[in-house]
Amino acid sequence: MRVPLSWLREYAPVPEDATAEQVLDTMVTVGFEEEEVHRPTDEIQGPVVVGQVLSREPEEHSNGKTVNWCQVRVVPEGQEQTLTGKGIDPTGVQGIVCGAHNFEVGDKVVVTLPGAVLPGDFRITPRKTYGHTSAGMIASVRELGIGEDHDGILVLSRIGLDPEIGADALELLGLYDEAAEINVTPDRGYGFSIRGVAREYSHAVNQPFHDFVLDAADRAPQANDDAGFPVELADQNPINGVPGCDRFVTRVVTGINPEAPTPPWMASRLRLAGIRSLSLPVDISNYVMLEFGQPLHFYDLATLQDKITVRRAQAGETLTTLDDKQRTLDPEDLLITDASGPIGIAGVMGGASTEVSAQTADVLVEAAHFDPITIARSARRHRLPSEASKRFERGVDPTIQAAAAQRAVELLVELAGGSAQDAAGDVVAGQRPEPQAVRLEADYPAQRVGVEYSPERIEELLIQIGCSLESTTAGEGQTAWMVTPPSWRSDLVAQEDLAEEVARLDGYHKIPSRLPVAPPGRGLTRQQIGRRRVMNTLAAAGLTEVLDYPFVSQAENNLWGAAQAGTHVPSIKLFNPISEVKGWMRVSLLPGLLETLRRNHSRGFRDLALFQAGLVFLPASQVGSRHVPAGGLKLDDDVLADVNAGIPEQPWRVGVVLAGQEAPTAPGVGARALGWQDAVDYAFMVADTLGVEMQIANGSHQGFHPGRTATFTTADGALVGWAGELHPQIVAAGNLPERTCAVELDLDALLAARPDGVQAQDLSVHTAATQDVALLVDADLPAGVLVTTLREGAGDLLEDVRVFDVYQGDRLPEGQKSVALAMRFRAPDRTLTADEASASREAAVALAAERHGAVLRG
Amino acid sequence: MSERTPETTPGEEQIAPQVDPVADGATDVAVEPTDEAAVNAAVETALGEIQAAADLDQLKTVRLAHTGEKSPLALGNRKIGKLPKDQKAVAGKLMGQARGRVNKAIAVRQEVLEVEHAERILVEEAVDVTAAGRRRRIGGRHPISTLMERASDIFVGMGWEVAEGPEIESEWYNFDSLNFKPDHPARQLVDTFFVDPLDSHLVLRTHTSPVQMRSLLTRDLPLYVVAPGRVFRTDELDATHTPVFHQIEGLAVDKGLSMADLKGTLEHFARQILGTEAQIRLRPNFFPFTEPSAEMDVWHPNAKGGPRWIEWGGCGMVHPNVLRSAGVDPEVYSGFAFGMGIDRTLMFRNNVPDMHDMVEGDVRFTQHFGMEV
Repeated sequence: MRVPLSWLREYAPVPEDATAEQVLDTMVTVGFEEEEVHRPTDEIQGPVVVGQVLSREPEEHSNGKTVNWCQVRVVPEGQEQTLTGKGIDPTGVQGIVCGAHNFEVGDKVVVTLPGAVLPGDFRITPRKTYGHTSAGMIASVRELGIGEDHDGILVLSRIGLDPEIGADALELLGLYDEAAEINVTPDRGYGFSIRGVAREYSHAVNQPFHDFVLDAADRAPQANDDAGFPVELADQNPINGVPGCDRFVTRVVTGINPEAPTPPWMASRLRLAGIRSLSLPVDISNYVMLEFGQPLHFYDLATLQDKITVRRAQAGETLTTLDDKQRTLDPEDLLITDASGPIGIAGVMGGASTEVSAQTADVLVEAAHFDPITIARSARRHRLPSEASKRFERGVDPTIQAAAAQRAVELLVELAGGSAQDAAGDVVAGQRPEPQAVRLEADYPAQRVGVEYSPERIEELLIQIGCSLESTTAGEGQTAWMVTPPSWRSDLVAQEDLAEEVARLDGYHKIPSRLPVAPPGRGLTRQQIGRRRVMNTLAAAGLTEVLDYPFVSQAENNLWGAAQAGTHVPSIKLFNPISEVKGWMRVSLLPGLLETLRRNHSRGFRDLALFQAGLVFLPASQVGSRHVPAGGLKLDDDVLADVNAGIPEQPWRVGVVLAGQEAPTAPGVGARALGWQDAVDYAFMVADTLGVEMQIANGSHQGFHPGRTATFTTADGALVGWAGELHPQIVAAGNLPERTCAVELDLDALLAARPDGVQAQDLSVHTAATQDVALLVDADLPAGVLVTTLREGAGDLLEDVRVFDVYQGDRLPEGQKSVALAMRFRAPDRTLTADEASASREAAVALAAERHGAVLRG
Repeated sequence: MSERTPETTPGEEQIAPQVDPVADGATDVAVEPTDEAAVNAAVETALGEIQAAADLDQLKTVRLAHTGEKSPLALGNRKIGKLPKDQKAVAGKLMGQARGRVNKAIAVRQEVLEVEHAERILVEEAVDVTAAGRRRRIGGRHPISTLMERASDIFVGMGWEVAEGPEIESEWYNFDSLNFKPDHPARQLVDTFFVDPLDSHLVLRTHTSPVQMRSLLTRDLPLYVVAPGRVFRTDELDATHTPVFHQIEGLAVDKGLSMADLKGTLEHFARQILGTEAQIRLRPNFFPFTEPSAEMDVWHPNAKGGPRWIEWGGCGMVHPNVLRSAGVDPEVYSGFAFGMGIDRTLMFRNNVPDMHDMVEGDVRFTQHFGMEV
């Protein structure tokens, strides 16, 4: 809400010299956050004065353009020019070249004199043009920053002004006024009015507030539902049992001059409030809305047929709204209709057919009260968040319709020359919502806030905001009231709301500080510690953590979400994604990591090792729940179970991507390219960090190189991830660095596989015996399988076995490879003899021979 | 340790004694053990050569020449046995002293040369350590992660626990259970990502507050938890906004808690993370799930450009309807809750100029922080 200070000052004790910043500082203390200051003089500075055109000589120039050479009097005849400076003519008459033609000799206009600055840092200086020295400018509204240019320069008589020559035009046009913009929280709809802001300002400075709306109500004629324009409230389909319209006040003003100009003070206030001046009737309706908080609608009475009926839309009905768009209506939309059909969506936007136009003579003023939910849904449905709907959604005072209509009628009479008709319609539907009294114990605010408020202080503050209090029974020595909130505070429905009011007005700054003592906690969970360790390990090992967006394309999910190409990968699609292409939630961390890799690569980084731990989103058969239970009540177990069942699985994963070299070449150290081995290594590093035994196997995944992919399983045989080099085609298509490698592991599964309570090993201090073997095996026998067999065959004496070389080539038979392994033997209780170690080795080799046809070499 | 043989410089070769390699230790000219002058001359010759030995190799050669089996003294010594009895004692003493002097001189020279050798090795092995390539560099944790962990640890230190929840969340947890009425404007104010189809009633959580409800439903009272995590709103990425950001949520539910406890908790946290001079200021505000509600400002004593108040987040007393949603009796228990943006905190605490830096994953940004924040 943008609040022009001149307007606020009419109704609240704002000091004459207060700035918008000071007003904002005051408002913040009662809970209205500051947004911005709007100050026209930040943009425009004088001298900008009223001038009278003494002469106007059209001159045609060689470029085909006709300009006017004008003499303009800017100081009253007989007085002296008190301004000095370059280009200021001491005679008080300025020679000015003007390109516009919409004025005559004798017109009073706005002259920007040399030295003035206009919006856009446009500095006025005398300048030579078209053979003259033009000392100033005759201004248009656009140049002054106060409107759109339609007719050329601003002729003051056309906006109803006949000021003195030489008068300060900035003053005349309200440009010394300024606005304080405050943020109004959704619970306090009354803050969207000068009335509400003036009240809160008065509270903030602890001054009484006089409610001018009550004065207008007193001036309004007696109204009833038989009088005035016929109106029927016929909501056949209320939402939640609440009638869409419970009050509809009408007034008629006849014989207005639709061409009457909006006075500058009104145009200026509207402009500062952020509303464009359109025509006098529209401006008046907006003005009253801003002042009272009651949205109004004006109809051209001549276009209304028969009577007004307020009802819900029927399926298929359409309406062309004021913005000339045809809208298909929904049966939930509340309509204003006449015999011709719909003429407006209630509280949202009027129809084009009954709009007030330049030909309108007689106006029907509507001031109605609509159901917030009905209006909110219609505004959202038709994407029409208007100033009116914004107020109705947040709650309009249901008692001020007659007063607001009266204020509008008065302005139409005063400014547009209309005649007010005595008859006033006031149709009421259903049970008028009466404010419900709330029980408040005097010690409750203190319990809630931590400040001791006396019963007298609570009474004082609640009365100040418009509540009425009645003492009620309370315990021994206790005070309690039944508190009836004022009509404009639909948000005050429970004692905690009243506690907030007391705290807010007494001041949050009085709340003391006290540190509560929590009971002993369990610390971080093992899961949380495990995740941190994995991330810290990877970072310490040289990888850089990435936090990217989880939004991916469907193609990316299909590629990375399944090992086999062509598999259907269920994934969650967003209804309103930032980008339609990336409209799905990731099922793998790799697309995001690879994009980050690519971005870094394009920024000139060649050696990259990135990781991320985060959630992926794996929908089950049930996605969501059709029914959302209401809040404020404990759910039945089956309802809660249904809600929980609809939430997709979101396990933690950890992913790694690698490209380039492990470290650059340096003196005495060669570079080493990162490859599939590193991917496998990092995978094991994650498992080792968690103490999980992970089995590796040659595997395949559509995203990975078919011959360079490892799959990993845990002891129970569950697949927990992949590592290896990416598929060269994917690398090429994705514009990734050559030989990019990746890892993705199911972190939750690894965390679950962690040992709990690791038991210490007996460490033998006897001497170990090491023996190497080289085995000739089929080329496609995985080394990992061979190692497992050797372990099994060697028995307990084998302490460690590791592959140190694999050879395949000319010196071996076709289809065979030689695997060289180092075996270390040790006994717990004695130093092994060479024969014992050899026997164990031979047993291992024998099992390998039996299982895989392995042959001991040399 | 590598075994190094010191190189011999040309200069050293020049001053080396002229020893015939063939005759090396192979001289068969024995000194007469009875000829004292000859013995002394042999000793003097030996001592001269020992002193002249420039390095350990030369000394070895000299040693062989003068103490080896075929050295004049060794050969002379052997002759003693064949001497007449009366000469043996004198000759033995003479030869013993002679060989002793030579051996001692060798030992002394050996020690000197060994020390010299060790010193020379150290000089020769010297390198320019500043030219070393860094091979085992750490990468880095994202500072948002580090800051979230640090914030969590502060609360863990106060006995609080760290709670978690999913990022795709039911509308019930994200809104309804938190007292957002179905048509409440606040529900639209928060620009929510919805899952398709809309009637699945799933959203990307717009705040970490649904973890409040999850904690209330699954934990015992009293309850003190924080919930750090990632949240989503439909903002476009620019210098100060991102559709994906991070919050830390706090929830305490106990008997007799008031806004004073809230303020004290926030102040303690602020001082841990922003410095001991930090302060908290509360301003009235509105949130559906708290009443009274407050906006919190923090006095940041170490802000760039001087200490100042900074908007930090929202907080308040848990709305009774939230407790009711979880089956907790608001007549018995009360609670407070708060939430602040981690990204935003990082921006003002660590002077991150642009939100793009946080989301683009540029390795320079993260590696600069390393494991710290």
